[in-house]
Order: sequence, then C-alpha cells, then structure tokens
Amino acid sequence: MAAAAAMSETMVQMSGVRFRWRRQDALILDVPVFQVERGERVFVKGPSGSGKTTLLNLLGGVVAPESGRVEIMDTDMAALDGARRDAFRAGHIGIIFQMFNLVPYLSLIDNVVLPCRFSSCRRQRALGRAASLQEEARRLLAAMELDVDAHLSRPVAELSTGQQQRVAAARCLIGAPELVIADEPTSSLDADVRKSFLDLLFGEIGAAGSTLVFVSHDSSLAGAFDRTLALAEINRAGNRQ
Amino acid sequence: MPILSLAFKSLLNRRVTASLTVFTIAVSVTLLLGVEKIRIEAKTSFANTISGTDLIVGARSGAIPLLLYSVFRIGNATNNISWESYRDIADNPQVAWTIPLSLGDSHRGFRVLGTSRDYFEHFRFSRERRLAFAAGGPFEDVFDAVLGANVAESLGYRLGDPFIVQHGLGQGGFASHQDKPFRVAGILAKTGTPVDRTVHMSLEGIEAMHVDWRGGTPVPGLTVSAEEARAMDLRPMAITAFLVGLKSRLAIFSMQRRINEYRAEPLLAVLPGVALQELWNLMGTAETALSAISILVVVTGLFGMLTMLLSSLNERRREMAILRSVGARPLHVFGLLALEATILTALGTALGLALLYLSLAVAQPIVDARFGLYIPITLPTGRDMAVIGLVVLAGFVAGAVPALRAYRRSLADGMMVRT
Repeated sequence: MAAAAAMSETMVQMSGVRFRWRRQDALILDVPVFQVERGERVFVKGPSGSGKTTLLNLLGGVVAPESGRVEIMDTDMAALDGARRDAFRAGHIGIIFQMFNLVPYLSLIDNVVLPCRFSSCRRQRALGRAASLQEEARRLLAAMELDVDAHLSRPVAELSTGQQQRVAAARCLIGAPELVIADEPTSSLDADVRKSFLDLLFGEIGAAGSTLVFVSHDSSLAGAFDRTLALAEINRAGNRQ
Repeated sequence: MPILSLAFKSLLNRRVTASLTVFTIAVSVTLLLGVEKIRIEAKTSFANTISGTDLIVGARSGAIPLLLYSVFRIGNATNNISWESYRDIADNPQVAWTIPLSLGDSHRGFRVLGTSRDYFEHFRFSRERRLAFAAGGPFEDVFDAVLGANVAESLGYRLGDPFIVQHGLGQGGFASHQDKPFRVAGILAKTGTPVDRTVHMSLEGIEAMHVDWRGGTPVPGLTVSAEEARAMDLRPMAITAFLVGLKSRLAIFSMQRRINEYRAEPLLAVLPGVALQELWNLMGTAETALSAISILVVVTGLFGMLTMLLSSLNERRREMAILRSVGARPLHVFGLLALEATILTALGTALGLALLYLSLAVAQPIVDARFGLYIPITLPTGRDMAVIGLVVLAGFVAGAVPALRAYRRSLADGMMVRT
C-alpha cells in the first residue's frame, strides 16, 4: 500500500553499497548495511579520509554507487538517473557543510529561500507555514537567533562563521525536508558557540520532524544524539585504508 | 526560472568587471554596426550622385578619372574638349540634351563649375530627382552664381551677397579674380551629392573672369573691367567635360562608340553606372578590410568576457557546490554561466546600439559638412538585427566554454568541495 510505504519507519536504508571513484582505485566505501529510522538523530563518527564525504555524497544522491541500494524513504537513489536524483535531493534533503555555506551574491533571505527555488514541494511546505517564502525564511532565521534586520543589507560574507552556519541551518530546514545531512557543521565554530548551534539545530529539526545524519570527527558532541556509530563499524573498506 | 535571477544577482555582485565587459562589447558592437551603416550609406550616396545621364564625355583619359572630376569634383582633367567638338556632338539628332561642365576655379575651398542653364533643367541625381532651389533661381547675368546647399551654409552666404573666385583650386594665397566679383543669384536645396559643395556659374561667367588671363596668370598691362567683359564675346573656347542625355536609351552604345572614335580630337564617353561600379570596386578592398577589423574587434570583446568568466570560475567552485546541494542540476550550473555570458552580451549589444545612435546624431552634421555624406538616422535594418542576433549568439557560445567547464567540474565535485 502506498500510504503504508510513505509512513515507513525507515528513513535511510543502505545495503551492499560499494563505491570507488575510478575502476582502478581501491574501494572507498563498502557498506553492507546502514539504517536510520525516521526522526532519529544519528551521529556518525570518523576521522577525515575515512569516506565520510563519500557517504554523504551517496546519501545526497550526488554520486551513484557501483553496486547496492541507497534507499531514502523507500526510494532507491541508485536506480534514479542524475536529474531525478537532483530533484529528489532538492525536495527531501537539506544539507549543511563545514563552512562556506552561503552564495556570496545572495542576500541573507535569498540564501535561505534558495532550496524553494529548485523544489516546488519544499516551496509548498514552506508556504504552508508562512504567508510568503521570505516570511518563512525570517521565521527560521529568528529561530536560529539571528537578527535579520541588522544583517539584511550587508553581504553575507561579512557575517561571522557562527552566523553563517546558522543561516545555512535555516536554509537546510526551509520547507521541512525529511532528511538533514550535516557534514561537520560545527568544526569551524568555537567550542562555546558549538553547543548553542547544536541546540538551535536540534530544536528546529524537531519542529520540522526531520531525521538527522550528522557526520563529525569530534566525538565530544556525540552525547546529544539518539545514536552514535563509528564509520568504521559500517564501512568495511575504511579499515583497509 | 531560478537561474535567471541568480545570473543577474551574480553579475550585479561583480558589477565593476561586469560593466567593463558590457562596455567593451558595446563599443565593439557600435563599431561593427557603425562601419556597416557608413559603408551602406556611402555606397547609396555614391550611386545616387548621378542619375538619368546616359553618357559622360571628356578628353581621353580613363573612365575613373573622368567620373572623378566631372561628377565628384575630385582631381583635374588632363585636357579640355574644344567648343566645336562639343557643339558637334550636342547637335547630333539622337542627343536630347547636354550639360557642359567647365572646371578649374574655386571659391574658399569649394569647386567652381561653369555650366549652362540646362544643368538645372536636366541634371538628375538619386533616382531621377531634379535640382530644386531653396532660394533664388538659376543664373541670369554673366556674374551670377548658384551655390550648393553646403557652400551657402558653411560660408553663410545669402542671396545677393558678392564674392570673389580664386583662380585654381587652392584655399587662397593664389591669384584671384578680384576685379570681377560674383553675386549669389540662387541657392540649391540639399541633394546629398557633390552638387552641395559646388559653386555654379555660367560658362560666360567663367570666360569673363579669364578674358585678361593667359596660361593661368593675368596678362600684364591688360585689364578688362567687369563691365567691359560683359560686352565682349564670351563664348568659351573649350570645356572640361559634358553630360549627355539621349532621346532613346537604345542609342547609348552606338553613341558611345561614335564619340570614342571621334576624329577631330581624342574623346572618351563612359556610362555613369559602369564607371561608378568600377570606382566602387576599387574601394572594395578597403571596405572589406574595415568590416573584417570591426568583426575582429567584436571577437576581442567576447574574448575579454571569456577571460573574465574563466578567471572567476575557480573562486566560484564553492558556489556551484552549494547550488548542487540545494538541488541544482549540473545543467543549472551550465545554464547559470551561459546565461551570465548571454546577459553580458545582450546588455553590451543594447548599449552598443544606443551608443551608435548617439554617435550618429553627433556625427551626422559634421560628416555632412566635411565630407558631403549625409547619413540618415533610421531604425536598425534587418541586416543590423541579424548582426545583433549573431553577436548575442556568439556571446552564448563564448559563455558555453566556462559553462561547460563548470558543468564537468560540478559533476566531479558533487557538493563536497574543500576550499
């Protein structure tokens, strides 16, 4: 039944996934199974070079695995063509990077609204919460404790790193995507800002009902998550590097 | 269309380099369209200088020199035609009319042309248009003159004003016919041909000026006053050239042959259209070179834009990754850069068009006064629009180079670029 499938409790289901950039290279990722439940906040711990970025590229549908299935909400990303993966990502996945998350020539609000420009389903959902996309962007920025009016006329590059990361968080949450992928979003922040950023992020993820896959090498944050796992536990290729 | 607004905002963010690029393209487009415009107008005005004349006759030289001095008032005749030969041909039953032309003097840089009243009757330019008077009428008296529109305008002469003709073609400093002043009897309406830059007077007037001259200098001790000259026999001994209109166009070639084989003296008769074409072909190389240069200037402008886009590509790598992460497809990334190039070119072309009309408006009176070339300001022609379309297309193609690079990179980078 379609309704039952949509309400499936599994958000991410990777099985038998293997990935390498070129045929002659060694495997970067070899994940027999990796599962994330809907609404779960998972902390994936791994040192740089352990295949974290590739894992996120696979989850985001930017690259396709050599073999295996990457199912997000029961849709096999590996089976979709490039354009459909891009469309799926636009509609259902929010992403935050470690740093330099913002498009320099767009305003604060335009940066936040950006995903709604590429996905009608996120636009619809954002408009379901506020009268306009701009208003929803302001609401999210306010929820991330950013003084919108103070920064509106200035280039986004002039914001502090902490402020930029909060704008990025607001952007990845607009239109309430089902899955949020965070790639070391706190590693460029000072220790005291780190905790408050995480609290704000968790608050809004909870409000949107999103699932979070958070990748970092900094295990001091792990305590705040529902589940913590080391990438080496799920990636057989990582051990050989 | 998210990409269009992104492209505009991205360009706005780099407004200094972007506007320089736009300006470069604008100048090159102005040059391209301007050269084309002047080329076409020059050719039209060229072809319009004479019309309705069947043959131009002069002393034997070449078709082009004959055309140059008789129609364009450029250069000098090497020899004259005797009055007897002229009358003999003019009286041929197949000849409908003739216009005698006598050149050699000037007034403040403008050529003086001695002719008959038939000139105002039969001379045609620009597809059978005849000369019209803006003021006054044809010369009546021996010392009457009719000015071309530019002569009257640039010298500020009005009807009845007296003036003195210089002997020869210099700008003064030469001997002048100051004992026999002329009077402005008529001013012609503008024609856009060398007629505008000509001072017309009767053959008798020319003769009267020279009655006390021999071999280009005044005869010492011999002074003939204007009044005395008036009473003398002023029938000219010779003329420089003449235009012929025939009763039937079918007779053109037989008449041409008859004149070219004229026994009494060596003469040359040419068909104006053939001579014009020959002269225009002579300038064809310069024309082609000019067009080629202006095309190369446009290419240079586009290369400038390409450089700007390519050099910004590295610093924009991160931006492309961000766009990919929010759902942009690699095709969007391609579109963004290609669109930026297209916008720059389109803006440049639009500005170039505005610049063209501005410079035409400024240059029109100057070019008209100095070169006698009247450039009408008209809407862009279909050819202009095609050129504009081609330039914008070329801009898109140039933009495709960095766009393709960004496209490939964003496929390889995905959304995870470490910078």
